[in-house]
Amino acid sequence: MLEIRWHSRAGQGAVTGAKGLADVISTTGKHVQAFAFYGSAKRGAAMTAYNRVDDKVIMNHEKYMEPDYVFVIDPALVFTSDVTINAKESTKYIITTHLSTEELQKAQPKLEGKEVYTVDCIKIAQETIGRAIPNTPMLGAFMRVSEMYDIEFFKENMKRILAKLPQKIVDANMIAIQRAYDEVK
Amino acid sequence: MAFDKMELRDIEVWDGNFAAAQALRQAQVDVVAAYPITPSTPIVEGYAKFKSDNYVEGEFVMVESEHAAMSGCIGAAAAGGRVATATSSQGFALMVETLYQAAGMRLPIVLNVVNRALAAPLNVNGDHSDMYLGRDSGWIQFDAYCPQEAYDLNFIAFKVSEDHDVRIPAVVNQDGFMTSHTAQGVHTLTDDDAYGFVGTYKPMNDMLDFEHPVTHGVQTEEDWHFEHKARQHNDMMTIVPGKIEEAFAAFEKLTGRKYNKVECYDMDDADVAVVCMGTSVETAREVAKEMREEGIKAGVVGIRVLRPFPFFEIAKALKDVKAVAALDRSAPGGAAGMLFNEIAGSLFNTDSKMLLSGYIYGLGGRDLTKAHLVDLYKELQANADAGKVLTKQQQFIGVRGPKLAYL
Repeated sequence: MLEIRWHSRAGQGAVTGAKGLADVISTTGKHVQAFAFYGSAKRGAAMTAYNRVDDKVIMNHEKYMEPDYVFVIDPALVFTSDVTINAKESTKYIITTHLSTEELQKAQPKLEGKEVYTVDCIKIAQETIGRAIPNTPMLGAFMRVSEMYDIEFFKENMKRILAKLPQKIVDANMIAIQRAYDEVK
Repeated sequence: MAFDKMELRDIEVWDGNFAAAQALRQAQVDVVAAYPITPSTPIVEGYAKFKSDNYVEGEFVMVESEHAAMSGCIGAAAAGGRVATATSSQGFALMVETLYQAAGMRLPIVLNVVNRALAAPLNVNGDHSDMYLGRDSGWIQFDAYCPQEAYDLNFIAFKVSEDHDVRIPAVVNQDGFMTSHTAQGVHTLTDDDAYGFVGTYKPMNDMLDFEHPVTHGVQTEEDWHFEHKARQHNDMMTIVPGKIEEAFAAFEKLTGRKYNKVECYDMDDADVAVVCMGTSVETAREVAKEMREEGIKAGVVGIRVLRPFPFFEIAKALKDVKAVAALDRSAPGGAAGMLFNEIAGSLFNTDSKMLLSGYIYGLGGRDLTKAHLVDLYKELQANADAGKVLTKQQQFIGVRGPKLAYL
């Protein structure tokens, strides 16, 4: 079982990102689950989304999770919420920030000694898609860190998932995914 | 007017809401009258989108309330069309008056209830308060534990509800958020297979058949009211169970997916068992397997059909079990939980020596964790070992503050 927790703000696309990732993984024959905690969250409120991946049908519907990966797609959430909650020793963090990994760990001591990767998904999204929607770049970074799939395979599938969007936006997302893949450290 | 068919992959990653919306499309529902409410809104929104994109031939009626939504459904069903809608929580509560009308008028309507807590305090998350509110409304009631089942049970609900020997509306329940907003792999039917299973709608006593005028919604006082209610109950008790089994069998033949009025998991040799509904059934299945590795013979019983209540199937499933927990996800309001009472009723007057204890859990979406269920199975095993219920008969799982226990 692979488990992922997303930290996001409502409106940044964590749910779409989690569902998109689940869709891609599902095409390879694995079983997936993607869900979120919304409450009556308003746009901008901190929220979490989740992925589970397994070789067998996923029966577990508890919200409690000890994630293998933590994705943070809004830079401030590292400081305003506890992104290390219920984490394991081995949990890997991929965090959107303009800081380097070392600077981030100094600014947020809870991340010291953890396996932390950083990438500025907000900047990438703004420069490619034209809006601060950091969900697809985060998945590009995840492909690099996890080596789950070949990036071209992943992009092809994301094209299918994003197909209802205008071609220009789809193309921009592909560039964003590739940039985050290349830039994550 | 012709409509377009949709190519689906064998497995689509859908949440429970979208799965239900796709089922309404594939059943080619004629009329959806709806009013939006979290977390059920995407079902009717999905149907509306399919209609505007020409994937369905039907009418979407926007109304001013859930009371009006079900009233619109009643009118359309009486007129002679295939009808469905969706609601949750407060909307369901507002709909209740018309639910009794729909059932009493013997109108086949499929209502997706995306289960959510009832205010006050206001809460949009999943529990079974709305399901319990409607349990005596005279509707057939199915319960889905995951998006796949929310999809499948919609087809089965149309098939049973619209049968001319039944003509009783049907609810398909799914857990708010835990199913409705959780995306999982769903094995799809082709449009042709899905429609072929449900079949072309065959009206009966329809108001638009001007050659055979009929009256719907009549008044009967003490002279006939009781006979109407009693005979309708008779059909629920004697005809509907068999029709549900027929539909389950036909669906298994088509898809290989087998449903039962009572779902039994690891029950053949179980000493201890949890009885519950919704997503909790699946989480409990996983925990039961893990308990067996620790030497506790644990099983799970899921209620698939809440109405007509599977009295004898429950008795059969639990007759040899030593200790059973009834898990109710609704505030009991001064009584034992509904499942506790129904199970007690099913096993009373039998030879069973089952020890029954009731638990209230998960209100307002409170998480039911695997750790909770591990503790629960251990408590049941202790009861089984002692030969008596060692705790109060009604307890709470996962609530903070001083321990609450009664009865």
